[in-house]
Amino acid sequence: MSLSLADKQLAALLWGCALLAAALVLLVLLFLFKESWPVLQHIALIRFFNDTSWHPVDGLYKLTPMLSATFYSTLGAVMLAAPLGIASALFSRYYAPSFLAGCYRRLIELLAGIPSVVYGFWGLTTLAPLIGRLHPPGVSLLTGILVLTLMILPTIALTADAALAAVPAAYLRGAASLGLSRWGLISGVTLPAARPGVTAGIMLAAGRAIGETMAVLMVAGNVVQQPHSLYDSVRTLTANIALEMAYATGDHRAALFVSGLALMCVVLLLVGMAELMSQERRHV
Amino acid sequence: MKLNGPVKPMNETYTLGPLQIGPPCCDPEPLIRVDNLSLYYGVKPALENVSLDIYKGCITALIGPSGCGKTSFLSVLNRMTDMIPDCRVSGKVHFNGRDLRDLALDVQGLRRDIGMIFQKPVPFPLSIRRNIELPLREHGISKQAELNDVIQQVLQDVGLWVEVKDRLESSALALSGGQQQRLCIARALALKPKVLLMDEPCSALDPISSGVVEDLIQRLRGKYTVVIVTHNLAQARRIANYAGFFWIRDQQRAGCLIEFGQCKQIFEAPAHELTAAYVNGSRG
Repeated sequence: MSLSLADKQLAALLWGCALLAAALVLLVLLFLFKESWPVLQHIALIRFFNDTSWHPVDGLYKLTPMLSATFYSTLGAVMLAAPLGIASALFSRYYAPSFLAGCYRRLIELLAGIPSVVYGFWGLTTLAPLIGRLHPPGVSLLTGILVLTLMILPTIALTADAALAAVPAAYLRGAASLGLSRWGLISGVTLPAARPGVTAGIMLAAGRAIGETMAVLMVAGNVVQQPHSLYDSVRTLTANIALEMAYATGDHRAALFVSGLALMCVVLLLVGMAELMSQERRHV
Repeated sequence: MKLNGPVKPMNETYTLGPLQIGPPCCDPEPLIRVDNLSLYYGVKPALENVSLDIYKGCITALIGPSGCGKTSFLSVLNRMTDMIPDCRVSGKVHFNGRDLRDLALDVQGLRRDIGMIFQKPVPFPLSIRRNIELPLREHGISKQAELNDVIQQVLQDVGLWVEVKDRLESSALALSGGQQQRLCIARALALKPKVLLMDEPCSALDPISSGVVEDLIQRLRGKYTVVIVTHNLAQARRIANYAGFFWIRDQQRAGCLIEFGQCKQIFEAPAHELTAAYVNGSRG
């Protein structure tokens, strides 16, 4: 098929945009790698896990407390937000009267638009004291998880809602004609049909939770320690970078880039997993 | 009225199971009585003053041009009209001694008794087995042995067993259009309905598949009561015992029933001139 001139120009433009977008990701990775290189050169990778503590000025680079803090806060937030978000989508799609569903959806969209610093502010002034009453100090892994949950909930709710909306109406009629109850339809047909979209939404939300810096920094307490309970103060990888970047130099600075690189790798892994999960068992 | 004899397979790709042929319907006994039915979408009438009897064990064909309310009429019979906002139905529809319009009626139970097949086959995006299992489980059948028996039985009934018995776990969406439609019929038969409503079940299929499905509908006669909407007059003539001719009344654009009677009479000695013009192909 031969393309017209306008088509050729458009194709060239689109190729250019796509290449630029792809190149940016690679460049970011390259940059992180380059900036981490000084420390990676003379410090074995294993020391980021085996050192006794995180005292980069003294040459101690243990990252595991921060890694665990990031891991636990993301895991907790996703575990709370996923069922809530899916339930919210099911409510607005299948159970709410249409006018209420519309309002509700706008409200969730609004929730997605609240800046993270506002969530952090609310968490710090309202949530942290409440949790502090339960178990001091209040600024803790649990507070971080709850604030993150609120932040990623709209992402999951909206993507799940869109995935459910994309389920063909013919399935609904087909299911109704077989005498299926609404729940029978949802659990048997629409959720399996919408699963790739819902899973992708959850992965997207997890990516957001991992990368979230400001809100967690404000409510999690930022003590570098391996958390032993939900009430322990923790410092996530992102908070660590934000807190120390301003004054870090030399190997310390490079070590922070290493933690950035680590974050990037985790997110890449997550995206890969989302891709795999959405491909497996897809009945198309 | 002719009895349907043994059906010859059209080619090697499908086989017909031993569907039990019930008593013929020479002795008409009304199963559904429709009395003065009107249907409105909002204030716009779609169907006005339809009265007819659906006879037990017979095939009743509804013919007429597009937009004259045939599909709306079908949807009243299994209360699919409930799913259309602003849809209002008046008149009486008696089935099993109850008025179908009764709000207290168990609609799920009704739809189990009165199944529906759509123009475009709607297999769920699940495995072939799961497609049939899902409604059965919903209606309280959960023993695997019993499920397997029913699945094999209905797939044999629709002549699909030999074609799919080795790939019950693969996706129903991978089947051809004709196979999908037969799967949908099998799925409806699994619920042991009394009535099957078919909305142009062959019109989305290629001629060969269409012939296979038509043969299958023929063999449902006696055991099931079939109401079929079709635009294929030759098909209606071949398979139906009774026929109803719908037309659009000019002044209000509302559908109405012009004539109802034995299929032979409608096609060979129509009482109304519109019917004569339509079945002879000079109008519509």
